Amino acid sequence: MSAAATAASLVSAAEEGTIEGTRLLLPALYDIFWSTIVLAIIAFAFYKYVLPKFQAVLDKRTELIQGGIAKAESAQAEAAAALAEYHQQLQDARTEAARIREDARTEAGQIVAESRTKAQEEAARIVETAHRQIEAERQQASVSLRADVGSLATQLASKIVGESLEDTARQSRVVDRFLDELEASTTANAGKGN
Amino acid sequence: MIAPLATEEESGFHAPSIADFFPAPVLFEGTFLEFNRLQLVRLIAAAVLIVLFVIAAKRAKLVPGRGQNVVEMLLDFVRVNVAEEIIGKAKAHKYVALLTTLFLAILAFNLTGIVPGLNIAGSSLIGIPVMLALWVYVMYLGAGIKAHGVGHFLKMSLFPPGVPAFMYVLLTPIEFLTVFILRPATLALRLMANMVAGHLMLVLCFSATQFFVFEATGGMKAFGALTFVSGFALTLFEVFVAALQAYIFVVLTAVYISLSVEDEH
Repeated sequence: MSAAATAASLVSAAEEGTIEGTRLLLPALYDIFWSTIVLAIIAFAFYKYVLPKFQAVLDKRTELIQGGIAKAESAQAEAAAALAEYHQQLQDARTEAARIREDARTEAGQIVAESRTKAQEEAARIVETAHRQIEAERQQASVSLRADVGSLATQLASKIVGESLEDTARQSRVVDRFLDELEASTTANAGKGN
Repeated sequence: MIAPLATEEESGFHAPSIADFFPAPVLFEGTFLEFNRLQLVRLIAAAVLIVLFVIAAKRAKLVPGRGQNVVEMLLDFVRVNVAEEIIGKAKAHKYVALLTTLFLAILAFNLTGIVPGLNIAGSSLIGIPVMLALWVYVMYLGAGIKAHGVGHFLKMSLFPPGVPAFMYVLLTPIEFLTVFILRPATLALRLMANMVAGHLMLVLCFSATQFFVFEATGGMKAFGALTFVSGFALTLFEVFVAALQAYIFVVLTAVYISLSVEDEH
């Protein structure tokens, strides 16, 4: 290409440039037309499908996360409640155990006291019975002794005084009188002795 | 860019020009249906964006996979870091769809500038930025009117409270310009200008590389390395700018909506 042609093309380019300078700022009709079409297509796709879809997914995710958090919170609350209940039960059980132990101790004390009383009563009763039996035996012994002594004395006296004392009634009276005297003298002696 | 490159290959150096943004029509020349390379780039960007996100949405599960995490990170970024932070949590949800769509669409259109084969940002021709700005314009005015009623919204916008009455002579025209003209205009122009500038710089670097490496002689070839490294760095920079401009656009949109719907102080 010759220098002249180059120069010419440069000039024409320059002229073109000056002409087109304003064209840069003023949109041509076809430019506006196609721009509108392209933008409308993009806007349609985004407004009608892309953005609502993503919004739905995001909403669902938020819901899910919130649901998860709520679930975790409720689970934690449940666990805390269970723990509190467990502690309460433990406390109750301890109190119960302490109460039972106390009761048992009291009861054991009562039982011991009761059986002690019972044993004492029993012992007293046994002692009493023994006393009575002894008394009875003593009386019986004294009665039989008296009889024996009377008969022995009678026999002795009979032997001494002969057959005079054969009458039974008299005999008995004599013996009784003798014994009474004997007893009275014994008592008097005992009183003196004291 | 393919067509101009083919014709001017013989001249050695293709200087980037504004003509790049007005490629020859492919279909329906001269009508409002005129379809050229840039429209095709936009359609491809839109198709890729929609296919990616529709597939992601179809596969969206409660427990996200790797891909879904990336997509949700983007969506969360707009929802949390832009919408909720600027508009406030209570009112933000109504505008999250708008802001997300804007952010992703602008990002897609911006990124075509560095995609090999496409090589031009869909948002570098004023049509897309203007339509986006108009959309935002309608939305923030609509939001204000819906929140306060026409009269109250105008009064709030044009007569900011807490100013001496005579100041309104000065303030009201300025506020009017700001709310009704400058906001949408700056939104559109900022985006378009950034993308145009980025494209011009990239083309400059890479066509210079092409020229130095294949057509220059001797020591001049060494410059090719320099321009190539610059082009490489600028490509990375353009990725950053693409994301940054998309972010700025949605942040400003959120700010305008917030100013429209905010309660009176």
